[in-house]
Amino acid sequence: MSVASASRAAKTTPRPGGTLYRGHEGMWSWVLHRITGVAIFFFLLVHILDTALVRLSPEAYNAVIASYKNPLMGIGEIGLVGAIVFHALNGLRIIAIDYWSKGVKYQRAMFWTVIGVWALLMIAFVPRQIMVILSEVQG
Amino acid sequence: MSTIATPRSPYTRTPRRGINWEKAGWVYMRVSGVVLVVLILGHLFVNLVLGEGVKGIDFAFVAGKWASPFWQVWDVLMLWLALIHGANGMRTIVNDYASNRGLRVTMKTFIGLAAVILIVLGTLVATTFDPCPQVSPEQLNLLPSFCPPQ
Repeated sequence: MSVASASRAAKTTPRPGGTLYRGHEGMWSWVLHRITGVAIFFFLLVHILDTALVRLSPEAYNAVIASYKNPLMGIGEIGLVGAIVFHALNGLRIIAIDYWSKGVKYQRAMFWTVIGVWALLMIAFVPRQIMVILSEVQG
Repeated sequence: MSTIATPRSPYTRTPRRGINWEKAGWVYMRVSGVVLVVLILGHLFVNLVLGEGVKGIDFAFVAGKWASPFWQVWDVLMLWLALIHGANGMRTIVNDYASNRGLRVTMKTFIGLAAVILIVLGTLVATTFDPCPQVSPEQLNLLPSFCPPQ
């Protein structure tokens, strides 16, 4: 075995060391943070425009906001809330990694805490939202 | 005095002049982030969970909220903090992925313009809002119940 191939073998160990952001929870939390961030940004642009219609007339605002009440948008709101809650909780985890002296050490545990708290909040929100959607469908 | 450092002298940072904007942005993301967690989760709870949820949102609902300065301040604060936070995040992503300089400048210009225009629009809407506007007779039933008869 040559020296070159030996060092290449050493480089292909499954877990890259010395970085928070490659391969495991660190990287996937970063990917999710970006995707949810972009999605929320585009929703925010639309949401400011639809809210601005209150200044035009009650009729115009109610017409546009009615589209948020159809069942398909109701499902979309579950996705939106899921994205916002993840971005919020993972953002707090990032702040803890940056400012808490033990933040880096516990970043993996904090990621799974984020997922756990996210799941609890969604378990609370989803049935509530389904109730709202059903009451809208039934009139 | 020589311009070359003596051998084995420890590394020293080059002193920077003026405000470190990249650092200010980094700090802003964290400070605004903490405030936004409270403002946005509160916003979602009041608008989607309490009462009738999204079903209950209409002109009268918004008028009822914005009749109080508390919710006006809440929403305007949320608007400024969130749009600047979002625009700065989008700027970071463009810097990461757009390798062409012209494309990068164009995209960041659009992001900045969108943020400025929507902050101005949203602030004007929330601060000049009239919960009981003069409306045509067929829209009278859309006004909140606290409005005086027209």
